[in-house]
Amino acid sequence: MEIDPFIFRISIFILSIFVGYYVVWSVTPSLHTPLMSVTNAISSVIIVGAIIAALAGSDNEIFQISSIFGFLAIILAAINIFGGFLVTQRMLQMYKKKKK
Amino acid sequence: MSANLSATFYLISGILFILALRGLSSPETSRQGNYFGIAGMVIAIAVTFLAIGNFGLGFIVVLIFLLVGGSIGAFIAFRIPMTAMPELVAGFHSLVGLAAVFVAIAAFLKPEAFNLGIVGNIKLASLIEMSLGAAIGAITFSGSIIAFLKLRGIMSGAPITFKGQHILNLFLGILILVLIFYLCKTQMSNIFWAIVIISFLVGVLLIIPIGGADMPVVISMLNSYSGWAAAGIGFTLENTALIITGALVGSSGAILSYIMCKGMNRSFFNVILGGWGASEQNSTSTSKEQKPVKNGNADDAAFLMKNASSVIIVPGYGMAVAQAQHALREMVDALKKNGVKVSYAIHPVAGRMPGHMNVLLAEANVPYDEVFELEEINNDFSNCDVAYVIGANDVTNPVAKSDPQSPIYGMPVLDVEKSKSVLFVKRSLSPGYAGIDNDLFYRDNTLMLFADAKKMTEEIVKSL
Repeated sequence: MEIDPFIFRISIFILSIFVGYYVVWSVTPSLHTPLMSVTNAISSVIIVGAIIAALAGSDNEIFQISSIFGFLAIILAAINIFGGFLVTQRMLQMYKKKKK
Repeated sequence: MSANLSATFYLISGILFILALRGLSSPETSRQGNYFGIAGMVIAIAVTFLAIGNFGLGFIVVLIFLLVGGSIGAFIAFRIPMTAMPELVAGFHSLVGLAAVFVAIAAFLKPEAFNLGIVGNIKLASLIEMSLGAAIGAITFSGSIIAFLKLRGIMSGAPITFKGQHILNLFLGILILVLIFYLCKTQMSNIFWAIVIISFLVGVLLIIPIGGADMPVVISMLNSYSGWAAAGIGFTLENTALIITGALVGSSGAILSYIMCKGMNRSFFNVILGGWGASEQNSTSTSKEQKPVKNGNADDAAFLMKNASSVIIVPGYGMAVAQAQHALREMVDALKKNGVKVSYAIHPVAGRMPGHMNVLLAEANVPYDEVFELEEINNDFSNCDVAYVIGANDVTNPVAKSDPQSPIYGMPVLDVEKSKSVLFVKRSLSPGYAGIDNDLFYRDNTLMLFADAKKMTEEIVKSL
């Protein structure tokens, strides 16, 4: 019998939770705020779904109802992606070592 | 681009996201980590365009929307003051949540675009995944909006509680699950809309009973939710990058919530059910007796610190409110010129979000190797001459170690009272968030400096 692809996806999901668990515990507490802003940015990879939704119709019916939700989601996710990565960058640039 | 090839690229972008988080294990590698994250995002977006393969008018419109959103995001990122970081993060969470809801709606309205079947006959598993994604996304959205309003001060930080609140939440939670069950049976779109609307309501109800100082837990929790919402959508779209990211972000937020709860010695449920000290607050303020307090001014403080050999600074939320971090750094510079050894002690729940104080100190050019966590520095208080407490309160209260009756008993606190003298900058003797009196105010070795944190620190700089 063939294995349902869903089982593969749930395997990836569960293994990623374990990866996340160990990776996040190794994050130094002083960088917890950048951690939150960068997780914000990367979870906006949901934009992938938004793009698929937006481009679902053919060119002469771009703005049908489901695509509109896609376009709105693109704006929201894009704000997050640019805002999240840039503000993280800005914060990380401030962390400096003692001048010797 | 073939489906297998694009799936491989999505996997690569998922791995780059893991490396982005891995980079945060130290400030030196963190900037590189951020670039990994950006690379992962670029790959994911580019692959999506290539997989669709439609570079007509629609593509251009998508790019326009992408740039509009991107410029708004970039504008915010460059303009936002560091003290407003907690509300920014809450705001960003709400956007992830809403984006998840929108994608789920789009998938429900046009399932054929995502290979999920046709309207009225969507695959069972996809239907469960998208309704869960939509529900969690909606809770994240409305919950984050409430957190944002509370952090921004537009809404009072006081907990809003009413009778039967928790039973109502439980009922609505069960209702959502029942509706998902019926949605799978009937495929009726009205049920889908009902799930989304009820979930928005649950998000609001979940966050209103939680008070301002518990926001570190709330923000971390919403961070976690936004991850689970993304994962739910990832399953719907059968997209590896989204599944990996959702799992990473979900566990990240969960760990941060755990760390924050431990920093307050409270269980997660205790925080979520809300209203800490809301009832005790009244009782303690009436029974408060007048105890003698030693009152000092900036010259006294400057004299004490100048003649000290080591000083530990304990910042808290009050420092963020007063924007005193720059003045504080100037004070420390002046002290260092006098040969005083200065370090900073950060409690895990100081401020309104995890790592809040560290960012503010970094902004004021404080080197990160002078800043220490609770466990690293707590033993040093007994060898230090002066502890300068600026804007912190409950996290220094020795009652947490001595009085089992106290609501904060057992909470890890900074052993500030062990230093030879304590300078406590505060506007008044009012109790902190937990609603209890701080024993430290009345100790013999405590000198109270009644003033705004920034003004007092600036005056001390002058007299140094």
